[in-house]
Amino acid sequence: MTRNQKLLTGAAAVLCFSFAPALPAAAMHIMEGYLPGGACIAWGALCVPFVLAGFFSIKKALTENPQLLTLLAMSGAFIFVISSLKIPSVTGSCSHMTGTGLGAILFGPAPVSILGIIVLLFQAVLLAHGGLTTLGANTFSMAIAGPFLSWGVFQICKKLNVNRRVSVFLAAALGDLFTYCITSLQLTLAYPSENGGVAASALKFLGVFAPTQLPLAVIEGILTVLIVMALETYAKPELRLAGYFKGAKEGTNNE
Amino acid sequence: MSKNTKTALLLLLLAVLLTVLPLAVQKDADFGGSDDAGSVMVEEVRGEAYEPWFTPVLENALGGELPGEIESLLFCVQTGIGVGILAFCMGRFVERKKWQKEDDSAIH
Repeated sequence: MTRNQKLLTGAAAVLCFSFAPALPAAAMHIMEGYLPGGACIAWGALCVPFVLAGFFSIKKALTENPQLLTLLAMSGAFIFVISSLKIPSVTGSCSHMTGTGLGAILFGPAPVSILGIIVLLFQAVLLAHGGLTTLGANTFSMAIAGPFLSWGVFQICKKLNVNRRVSVFLAAALGDLFTYCITSLQLTLAYPSENGGVAASALKFLGVFAPTQLPLAVIEGILTVLIVMALETYAKPELRLAGYFKGAKEGTNNE
Repeated sequence: MSKNTKTALLLLLLAVLLTVLPLAVQKDADFGGSDDAGSVMVEEVRGEAYEPWFTPVLENALGGELPGEIESLLFCVQTGIGVGILAFCMGRFVERKKWQKEDDSAIH
């Protein structure tokens, strides 16, 4: 990021963060109209600096290495595919995955916020899935919190020299789970239980999402490993540009 | 078959199993969305029915809920866009590798 971009992002962060807690803090997609207005604005405000940072970091990455556009498009397309698939789970209900792990692993968490918001807008406007009022909250859980955790997990695994495929699996699966934990938290803050308060409410919402999401997180991990395997085989130059191999042993792919 | 291919097939099989298994285990379940389950939970926690204060734009425009078939159409459009881009890019990568002079596939 250039100095001006950094300044702008920083200013937005200060402005938005000071704005967010002043409002009454009120799930994976929270349905349209299901969050109080204040919570919608607060979560939306919280997203602004991340989305700005994402925009700039995408711009920077593409100016430096225009070839990365293909990988970026693929990361976005992966989110499109994965988050459109409703998968049955052992609890007898359906849910869908996030698909944000791939982008977070390849590009870091910030750019994924842009990719995620495109998908969320598509679903909110055309599919009545999630919603425009809850866009901020959904963006925060799916396109910011989840990818951040994925990226963090992947970096830690790199440091610890964990097998690369295992790292990818863990990053994607945990990011998916974390997205749903944040969703539960958001619903909890908006609807604290009358007897037992926030904690009881949190358990209740987590109880809905966690068992359903666990197998799906595993599936998401597997699918992400599969596409990363394909990329490792066919798109090595791009992966190298994106810094995917940096700081890690080349492992199975000796070059 | 290379080791990579074997791993890939095994992982695919596992993913399919994980998807199909719930259908076999939970024969009577209706497999509703967990987003909806979240809304039900909201009502339970509040102890009263919750009236969403904002309806989706499309439902406003249509003056009612999106028909199920149309919803699945739109979901398919979403999947289609994604798969299209993925397949196009992957196809380019595969073809490029095929034409590359230095053959690093021997390493695998």
